[in-house]
Amino acid sequence: MLEWNLWRALLDGTWITVQVTVLAALLGTILSILSGLAGLSSVRAVRWANQVYVDFFRGTSAIVQLFWIFFALPFFGISLSPLLAGVVTLGLNMGSYGSEVVRGAIRAVPRGQTEAAIALNVTSFDRMRYIIFPQAAVTMLPPYGNLLIELLKASALVSLITLSDLTFQVQILRVNGSASTTQLFTIALVLYFLLAMGITGLVRAAEGYLGRGLEIGRGARRS
Amino acid sequence: MPDNPEPNHDEPSNSRSAILERSAEPDAPARTASRLAVAAGDELEGSGVRFSGVTKRFGDLTVLDQLDMEVAPGEKMVIIGPSGSGKTTILRVLMTLERPEAGTVEVGGEQLYHEERNGQLVKASEKHVRQVRRKISMVFQHFNLFPHMTALDNVSFGPRKVLGLSKDEANERAARLLEVVGLGDKFGEHPARLSGGQKQRVAIARALAMEPEVMLFDEVTSALDPELVGEVLNVLRDLAENTTMTMLLVTHEMGFAREIGDRVVMFDGGRVVEQGPPTQIFGDPQEQRTRDFLRAVLDRE
Repeated sequence: MLEWNLWRALLDGTWITVQVTVLAALLGTILSILSGLAGLSSVRAVRWANQVYVDFFRGTSAIVQLFWIFFALPFFGISLSPLLAGVVTLGLNMGSYGSEVVRGAIRAVPRGQTEAAIALNVTSFDRMRYIIFPQAAVTMLPPYGNLLIELLKASALVSLITLSDLTFQVQILRVNGSASTTQLFTIALVLYFLLAMGITGLVRAAEGYLGRGLEIGRGARRS
Repeated sequence: MPDNPEPNHDEPSNSRSAILERSAEPDAPARTASRLAVAAGDELEGSGVRFSGVTKRFGDLTVLDQLDMEVAPGEKMVIIGPSGSGKTTILRVLMTLERPEAGTVEVGGEQLYHEERNGQLVKASEKHVRQVRRKISMVFQHFNLFPHMTALDNVSFGPRKVLGLSKDEANERAARLLEVVGLGDKFGEHPARLSGGQKQRVAIARALAMEPEVMLFDEVTSALDPELVGEVLNVLRDLAENTTMTMLLVTHEMGFAREIGDRVVMFDGGRVVEQGPPTQIFGDPQEQRTRDFLRAVLDRE
């Protein structure tokens, strides 16, 4: 097997991958929620602006977006570090897909829940916060888990803007002949797979927690 | 707790009066009824309601047609009529779940959809609507309990987040109400684990926890299995007989309507066809439409 210093390089790369994924997931989650709510706004201009964002980031290549933000934005006087450029691109991308997940899940909460909240004279903000969103979150989680795994895999793109993530390290080791191509790519596959399994486990746990008492989701009690 | 209708029973200082009370009042349900009324705030005055020229349309369909109707403070008004007659829409307009195209609604002398500015009636702000809506509460046909909250949280949510009670105060109020509707052992259950009748009693407790002056009941037994209807009607009967709150009930339970209604209103085609005391509407209806409707409903029963 590989020597320790080669493992060390691969694990360092994995750590960068984790960092990029976690930071982009945070940004992407916030954007998903904001954008999903904007898509349900009663103000037409807000819905329209949101639709432009969603269509643009879903409709263009992520790698071109990344290159644009990293290589073209400096011409407008904005230079981002490789990490920031990667996190911003991946976050904006995830947000554009997550927006529809959030919007759809909120719309799927039965109308009677909103009516019950109105009958209790709950403010529209509290209604979303305590009544609608917590129920929608359970519906959101499975597709949200998909998005997180997509994000993890898409994070390999940052290797193309000099960020030394897992994919970058594998390429370096392969090019300088430190280990065989087969060996390196196999290890990379396994490491990405383990990270994805970790995400799956976290999402499942969240589903169980949020779904307590509900008739949907993993918290559902069958009787 | 709900199985014990005598809360003072084991307090020695009260035992004598408890015995006296029991002998003077052999009727156990009557005691439960007063407990429910006390927990619901029976000292609250009900508000009157006035609909003036209220019109509600869904597309081409006119559901309420220039409705003029008054409900007196504390009155128990039962609304009957075929489905699609607009009877549920009356409650939904009053709860602000449907906005009427024309007309005004007053609750306790205050405009619900309008407010006065510079001597003119203008469309009410959300703040104004919330302030007037505070007086009204509603129980739905399909319960609409919050499925992610326990029974106790369902009831304490409004008092805590809307009325501003502390968590302890809100929980105490919720516990008291759940106990008097016979759910003292279900505080921690989520709605999915409750029967239909239990769900509806939680929903009634949730509405009562807001200490409303006007309570709306929209076919609250229609979604229940027949053997569970009685437990919900018992709670409603207690409220009707022992509280001063104004109640508007849409129901298909004609026996119940006759029993608790101060007035019965027969509705069809978005208009009041006939109204009067239950004895008149059920015993001697004047309109052919009312007679046809009652015959169709009562034959089925």
